[in-house]
Amino acid sequence: MLTYLGAIFLQQGDTTRFDLMKQAAVNPDLSKFLVIGALLFIIGVAGVLTRRNIIVIFMSIELILNAANLNFIAFSRYLSAMGNVNAVAGQIFAVFVIVVAAAEAAIGLGIVIALYRNKETIWVDEIDLLKW
Amino acid sequence: MQKYIWLVPLLPLIGAAINGLLGRKLRFSERLIGGIAVGSVALAFLISVAAVYSYGFGGHPEWPKPYLTSQDGFSFNWIPGGAVSVNHGAQYALLNIEWSYQLDPLSSIFMLIVTGVGLCIFVFATGYMHGETGFYRFFAYMGLFMFAMLVLVMGSNFLMMFVGWEGVGLCSYLLIGYYFDRQEAANASRKAFITNRVGDFGFALAIFGIIATFGSAQYVNVFEQAKSYPIELIGHWGVLSWIALGLFIGACGKSAQLPLHVWLPDAMAGPTPVSALIHAATMVTAGLYMVTRTNVIFQHSQTMLLVVALVGAATAIFAATIGITQNDIKKVLAYSTVSQLGFMFMACGVGAFAIGIFHVMTHAFFKALMFLGAGSVIHGMHHEQDMRRMGGLKKYMPYTYWTFMAGWLAICGVIPFSGFWSKDEILWNAASTTHIPLGWVVWLVGTIAATCTAFYMTRLMAMTFWGRERFLEAPAGGEADEAHASAYDKGLAPHDATFASAGDRPRHEPGEHVGPVHENVAHHVATHGHGEHHGAHIPHESPPSMWVPLAVLAVLATLGGLVGIGPAFRTLTGTEHPGGHLNIVTWLNPIIWNPVTREFNTPEGGHEAAAPIETTHAAPPVAEGAAEAGHGSVAAVYGDTGFNLAHAVEGSTHSELATEWIFIIISLVVAGIGMLLGGLFYVWRPALAGVWSQRLRPLYVASYNKYWVDEFYGLTVTRRTMDLARAVFSFDSRLVDGIVNGLAWLSRLFSRIVGGFDKYFVDGLVNTVAAFIMRLMSPLFRAAQTGFTQNYALVMVLGLMVAVAVFFARDILAVFGR
Repeated sequence: MLTYLGAIFLQQGDTTRFDLMKQAAVNPDLSKFLVIGALLFIIGVAGVLTRRNIIVIFMSIELILNAANLNFIAFSRYLSAMGNVNAVAGQIFAVFVIVVAAAEAAIGLGIVIALYRNKETIWVDEIDLLKW
Repeated sequence: MQKYIWLVPLLPLIGAAINGLLGRKLRFSERLIGGIAVGSVALAFLISVAAVYSYGFGGHPEWPKPYLTSQDGFSFNWIPGGAVSVNHGAQYALLNIEWSYQLDPLSSIFMLIVTGVGLCIFVFATGYMHGETGFYRFFAYMGLFMFAMLVLVMGSNFLMMFVGWEGVGLCSYLLIGYYFDRQEAANASRKAFITNRVGDFGFALAIFGIIATFGSAQYVNVFEQAKSYPIELIGHWGVLSWIALGLFIGACGKSAQLPLHVWLPDAMAGPTPVSALIHAATMVTAGLYMVTRTNVIFQHSQTMLLVVALVGAATAIFAATIGITQNDIKKVLAYSTVSQLGFMFMACGVGAFAIGIFHVMTHAFFKALMFLGAGSVIHGMHHEQDMRRMGGLKKYMPYTYWTFMAGWLAICGVIPFSGFWSKDEILWNAASTTHIPLGWVVWLVGTIAATCTAFYMTRLMAMTFWGRERFLEAPAGGEADEAHASAYDKGLAPHDATFASAGDRPRHEPGEHVGPVHENVAHHVATHGHGEHHGAHIPHESPPSMWVPLAVLAVLATLGGLVGIGPAFRTLTGTEHPGGHLNIVTWLNPIIWNPVTREFNTPEGGHEAAAPIETTHAAPPVAEGAAEAGHGSVAAVYGDTGFNLAHAVEGSTHSELATEWIFIIISLVVAGIGMLLGGLFYVWRPALAGVWSQRLRPLYVASYNKYWVDEFYGLTVTRRTMDLARAVFSFDSRLVDGIVNGLAWLSRLFSRIVGGFDKYFVDGLVNTVAAFIMRLMSPLFRAAQTGFTQNYALVMVLGLMVAVAVFFARDILAVFGR
């Protein structure tokens, strides 16, 4: 597995190792975006599952959404580099996701306020209204 | 013009449909209903006349051959039957039955009779049925009848004939039962229908036989093949004899011949125009049409010819003797019709088919005339049908009287009225026939029947139109009253007022004749209650819509016979069959099969080929058999037929013409004797009738009770059928119902057992298991429901991971396997 990751970060070939790294930094390829997206996603999921503060959970959800956005953009870039004229769809999706995230944040924070007014807490382990 | 004959049956059907379907809903007036009905029939009549004229007289290229509407495309493939085996399965034929109409000499005569006489009767009915509640229904049925009758006579195959045959049977049933609220009419309609079923059974079997033998139902094909079959003499009983037997059973039912005649007199329960149209002029002659149509088949079976002749003769004398003693004017005419139908079958049986059809035609004229005249009398007498309450109507109903007179002279056989020509020809052909043995018996019986006919018709005339005006008098005591009382019991003249107004009597417009009607009812009650004197009602002449048809028919009954002037008058007319096409024998020749040439006759061909009967007696009467065999005569075909009356007479006169005249004089003399006797008994010496009825008491009683045929059938057939029905019913209700009920009881028992098992064992088991599982499993599932969102999210994520792991299992293994 280490060999595999190494192969992603440090491509070997005819050119020098530094050249490769520089090229990768200036013009990263698709896999790097995907890896970063996956990391963001995992962080977000971990936050949703582990944090008790509902605000933080919200923020984690934003991370998940942005991981998805990153994937969209990455694929859009990749596909346009491949010559696909319809690749702009990924960017449009990202804009949609941002809009939806904004709306969700507005409603979600409203729910949080309402919840707090009723329950006087924003710790999720004290809220079990979904039971039964 | 003949290509439009498909309209002839269709027009009355359309009229009937309009009247029947819309007449009640839209409240058609009587004038409109009558106009539609009469108009449709009149149009059909005009088309018939034009078609027959252009076919027979307009130089039609195929004149003697039948014209089928399929030649001009007015037909359709009605029953695509597929392959049928013929000749006992030896061959197969493709049976396709088409719906097309056939115009040939026979069907054209019937078309003209049905539409022409029908038109007169329709016009009469508009007057007679005036004020009836079911006016639209009556004309719808009548139109439907015209359609069925025209299909019967115009169809080009046996199946169409059968359709028409059943159609007229249905309409007869409907119209006899027109006053269905009267028990008598309802019974009579059922009787007619059921009796006809017996005949239809034979007819249907004959059609099956025809299809199985010839592989076709089309007349043209069947007769073309039948021509070449060998002739079955007496003693030989082949397939054509069987077919002819079936056909004749059908004809017996429809034409009221001896074993099956019982329905026709009862059919008089229907309205009088129905009696005139269906039970005198057209439907009952369908049997004659069928026998003549299939004369090829009948002439192949000498046995069946003999049977036809003997049944006809027996029916003629049987019905004529009953007619002598009946007192109901319509009953007399009904038995007269049966008797005349017997004459027609007599003609067919002795091989003179054209003469039989000639008598159909003249009979249609004079019998329709007499029935309508009787209707007019009944109408004028305000409900009265009993001749003993009539008399002297000459003064009150002159038109009816004079037209009825023409019918009377015609049926008695007075020269030159129409009945004379046809009846005389029948008797002459019976005497001179070489088709069958026993021709002289047929002649003798026919002559006696003709005497009886003249007698009872004179009696009817005398009791109705001449003599004392008995309706003015108190009812005579004794026998008359007794008979009247029995008529009451039979429901002929019911006791109470409600029934009296529902009889076969046209209701009159309110205010016109209501008085007499009520008086009449009062009279019935009074006669039977206290026997006191009562006021009489004065008869009146019928309206023009009724006597104009009478006048038309009277002209036809007088002059109609001139189309069939017999060969005996050849010295006067110059030819044996004067009139060319207009002579009915010449006209019908192309459809009559000649057993000598084994071909159909030629229309204008020589008399030798054209008229087999006439050629026979032309041969020397001496040395029959061997000498004649070489001449190709009918006698050679049918062999020695024993004693022949005409030949015997000719042997002593040595002149053919003199022989014919001797028979004409005999028939005129017997007609005169009958009329004179009638006059003596009922005009000059009325007391004689009572004296002689006492002297011949047994005969009188037998005749008055119609020889107890109805009682006999009641005892042997009707009661036995009902016994059988009762036996079957009790078998059904005891054994079959018992089995069914027992089985039902067993299933109920079984279902209770099964139900208990289900309820206590199966349900109990299911409930126990369910309760056990619920108690065991519920804590586990309950524990999973924490209510914490994060738990659920965790499950989702885990599930997602599992899904991804499964979906990419191969790739993941490939990566880590490296």
